[in-house]
Amino acid sequence: MVLGVLLAALINLGGTGKYFHWGFIQISAANLVIIVLMIVVFVLAILLPFPKRKGDRQ
Amino acid sequence: MSIDTNVGAEPRTHAGGPAHSSAESRQWTARVRHAAESAFPPDQLLPDRQPAYMASWIYVFGVLTVVSLAWVIITGCILAIMGPTWWHVSSTGHFVNSLHLWSVEAFFFFMVIHLWGKFFMAAWRGNRRLTWATGVISFLVSVAAAFTGYVSQTNFDSQWISTQAKDGINSTGAGAFWNVLNFGQMLMWHIVLLPIGIALIAGLHVLLVRRRGIVPPFEVAEHHTEPVADAAAAAGEPA
Repeated sequence: MVLGVLLAALINLGGTGKYFHWGFIQISAANLVIIVLMIVVFVLAILLPFPKRKGDRQ
Repeated sequence: MSIDTNVGAEPRTHAGGPAHSSAESRQWTARVRHAAESAFPPDQLLPDRQPAYMASWIYVFGVLTVVSLAWVIITGCILAIMGPTWWHVSSTGHFVNSLHLWSVEAFFFFMVIHLWGKFFMAAWRGNRRLTWATGVISFLVSVAAAFTGYVSQTNFDSQWISTQAKDGINSTGAGAFWNVLNFGQMLMWHIVLLPIGIALIAGLHVLLVRRRGIVPPFEVAEHHTEPVADAAAAAGEPA
């Protein structure tokens, strides 16, 4: 039971999907969240320093 | 193919050994082996050194994509063995079905970031056009594979998607041989033809990355008058 709660989705995925409309553009909230997340990860991948091992040449 | 009369003796080695005989050079097996050894020397195929400019998070998304693809294939094989009843009814089946779905989500997530990174690096520079092209084709084939997966779920969702998609696809003319309402055809595309296509193209893409090496940043490339076409030549070179 506890494990089921822990593994369950953070939000209810069983209901009707939420959509955004801008003119002729229509996108689901889920897809918009994924796209924003991808952009965030992309920017972080460029900005965050990569860890170095001892002895690595510069 | 010639007969080796050296029965019982040590196998003949070629690396560092005597020059190849003319009889051997005529054999297709020898020619293929020599071509493979020349195109992909072992230290280039599995290198233990990489250029210093590769020490950036943006370079990890290619291998993350490959790992996600491996999970997609592994979970897909389990689903194929156990069948639709299992993945619809049992909790273990639900779990593996979800692993398959989320592996695909991760696959596209990492692949798109990989694509963005390579696009802004202009990763086709330095004789890497084929590497870029195989990546693009791999992406397009993956979209088709994901789509056929969505219409092969055997639930109301797959029925909805296929009936919504049929008119658009039929309007392109592709419906004549790619009928999204034909479940058997879609399933066969999803579990046979498209996975073979992705494995071959993605495999070629990885081999080309090994052969040509990763694309250097613009500021590094400016210091090279010749394009960096050899991964071994660039390996270990300070940025």
